[in-house]
This record gives sequence, C-alpha cells and structure tokens, in this order.
Amino acid sequence: MTPAVNIEGVWKYYGDFPALRNINLKAAPGDCIALLGRNGAGKTTLLRIAAGLSRPARGTVAINGGIGWLGHGIGVYEELSAYENLVVFGQLHGVADPKKTAHAWLERTSLDRVADALVREFSRGMRQRLAVARAFLHSPQVVLFDEPFTSLDDRAIALLQSLFGEAIAQGRTVIMSTHQLREAMELATHVALIQRGAMVHFGPRTSEMLADPGYLYRTFGEA
Amino acid sequence: MKTLRQALVITRKDLRAELRTKETLNAAVSFSISVLLLFSFALDPTPDQTMEIGGGVLWMIFLFAGTLVFNRSFARELPNDCLDALIASPASSAAIFLGKCFAGFSMMLIVEVLSLPVFGLFFGGRIMDHPFHLIITLLLSTWSVTIMGTTFSALTVNLRLRELMLPVLVYPMLLPAMLAAFKLLTTLVGGQPIGDEDMQWLRVLFGFNLIFTSLALALADSILVN
Repeated sequence: MTPAVNIEGVWKYYGDFPALRNINLKAAPGDCIALLGRNGAGKTTLLRIAAGLSRPARGTVAINGGIGWLGHGIGVYEELSAYENLVVFGQLHGVADPKKTAHAWLERTSLDRVADALVREFSRGMRQRLAVARAFLHSPQVVLFDEPFTSLDDRAIALLQSLFGEAIAQGRTVIMSTHQLREAMELATHVALIQRGAMVHFGPRTSEMLADPGYLYRTFGEA
Repeated sequence: MKTLRQALVITRKDLRAELRTKETLNAAVSFSISVLLLFSFALDPTPDQTMEIGGGVLWMIFLFAGTLVFNRSFARELPNDCLDALIASPASSAAIFLGKCFAGFSMMLIVEVLSLPVFGLFFGGRIMDHPFHLIITLLLSTWSVTIMGTTFSALTVNLRLRELMLPVLVYPMLLPAMLAAFKLLTTLVGGQPIGDEDMQWLRVLFGFNLIFTSLALALADSILVN
C-alpha cells in the first residue's frame, strides 16, 4: 500500500545547528501519529517540512493527497468574517460548493451564529474552532496539526478529538505534535519521540503508554 | 486557468480586507496628494516648468506611494501565520504571488486615478490630452512597480526592518522602468502624444515587465518557501 506520508532521511539545519537529523517516518492511511518531544526537539520543524512550508537540507518528503495544516498561528484573516475566511480557503482548495461547505463547518464548530462577524472580534476559543474548520473543510487526506490542544477549552478539545476520530475512521492520516500526552495517547495509533532533532522511538502506541503517558519518556527518552 | 482562478481568489480576499480597513489606501492616497501639494507650493511651477518636471514629479510620487502599498502586500499575511495556510493550500506559489500582484496593482491604480486630478489642478499641464497613451503608460509602468514591489515584499516579509528595506531594494532595481516612465510621462504632460521616438521607452517598459514577471513567477516557490 502506498504510504500516505513518507519521510526519508530528512535533515534540516538552522545555520550550523542540525534541527533535524536523519528523520524517517512512514504513515499509512488511517494512522494517527503523536509526535512527541521536549520544547526545541524539532517537532514543529518536521511538521513544517511535511506541510511544504520549509525545505529539508537533505532527504525527501512525499505526501499522498491534500493537506490540512494547523500550525501555531490559526491561519485565518482578522479583517474577514468567519464565513468569508472559510469560503476563501474552500475556493483555494477546490471544494465543490465552498459556500455550502463553509456554512456546514460553521454549524459543526458552533460558529454559525457569528458567521458574519469579523474574526478580530472573536474570542480565542472561537478563533481556534474556526482554524480547525479551516483545516478540515476540504476533507484532507493528511492532517498535520502542531500542538492542536494548546489553550483549547473542553468543548473545543472534544470537537477536535471527534474530528480526529472521524478522520482516522475514514482512512485519513493524522500527524500531530503535542505536549498533552493523555489526549494524544487516546487518539494515537503510533507514537514518535524526537529528541534533539533525532527520532529516538517510532512504533505503535502500546497499552503501557495509554495507561501511563510518562512511560514513553522514561523508557525511550533522556533522563 | 487554475493558477489564475486561485490568484483571483487571493486578489479578492486582499481587496475585500483592504476596502474594509482602508489602512493602505488611506495612507497611500493621502501621502500622494499631500506630496503633490507640497511640490506645487515649493516649486510653484510655470507652465514651461511643469512640462519639464511634471512627469518626473508625478511618477516619483506614484513610486513612493507604491512603497506604502507594497510594504503591506505580504505583511498582511503575517498576523495568525496566514501565509503558512496559503502555502499549505493547493494554491501554487505563482498563484499566491500573482494574486498579491493583482491586488497591489489595483490599489496603485486607485491611488493614481485619485491623484491625477489633483496634479491637473495644481500643476496644470496637458496630461489628459492623450488619454489612451496615458492609460497605456500608467498600466505598463504601474505593473513594473507592482512586480518589483511584490517580489521584494515577499523577500523582506520576515525581516524586522522590512519597511526600510523595501525601498532600498526596489528603487535601484526599478531604474530602467523609472527612466522610461519619466520620459513617457514628461511627453504626455507636455500635451504631446507618444510618437516614434518615445516608442523605445514603451518597449523598455514592456521588456522590463516581461523579464521580471517571468523571473518572479519562476522563482515564486523559492521566494515563498524557506
């Protein structure tokens, strides 16, 4: 089977500093990979390279299908309304009926009542939900999320978890970096641990990891 | 066609955001009109002087106003990391770049259309005697500024001093186009049509636009993806 994501021998330098060192990662359709590691380990750099936002110094990245990207920034325009934002991205992604799709996602994310309000008037949680809608509205085959649970309220976390669950059930691939081990372990089919730019562990999520999220760092990580 | 369709989505998005905030247009139009007034009061030109310097003054003002427009071109994408969302979309880098060019070009034309009557009022001159020639000259020379302004706006978007760097980088690169625009506008301000001897300057503008538009589109991916 063709992997949905195939990252081979990827290196990335910032000046002389190797931010990523020979990263290899394969994800099949339906996989959910939790990308774990301390701050500065290289998770964001790896996700940005996978999303095509940054070029590796060496190595190759192959993504089979469209990408749904959500990084540290929410990627929506302050001067446009929630509805206008989703229509713009729907049009760019070639969604069949961008207006209908935008309305459906606004309803799904409980933003339908503020569809015509400008994003600059939104609370942080509303912005995050709109960003999630923006990343999912074109039904991407590969979902790349960088710390998606950060600063979300319980309702937004539940929404995101249900969207991830649906995506995985539909055979789409999710790769997310996170520090929220418990939420990540509940969803993940595989776990990748990055330390100082190198992948020190990549394998299926085990029952030990689910029962004790700290197990991964204790077993494979540095002290 | 797909590239053009995606580019127009980005253009419409930029223009909609701009018409809502008017932050760039207000600054560029008021700058342009203020400087026209200042030049008018400082030089108090006679009709003969207007014929000599009017074209240069007008184009310099458009160029400076253009800097205000193109400083915002890619900087508009910085809040919330919107540029990342655009690059991660199926829109090609060329489509993103073209979309930005069209939006900036439209804003520049608005500034020019609003400034020309003020120029006519304070400098006199006969710039409207040959409107078709004026339109061709403005379209070609504005596209020159657009293509260089958008390219360097993309290149400098992540620099802390981008507002300072943009004019420093753009003006020297625009020298051939500026020279051609000065010559053509000087002819038009003098009430003369663009004749055979000025055709070389139109060719300079056309060639400049062709070369730098092709280069910018070919390099758009390298410029946008770090």
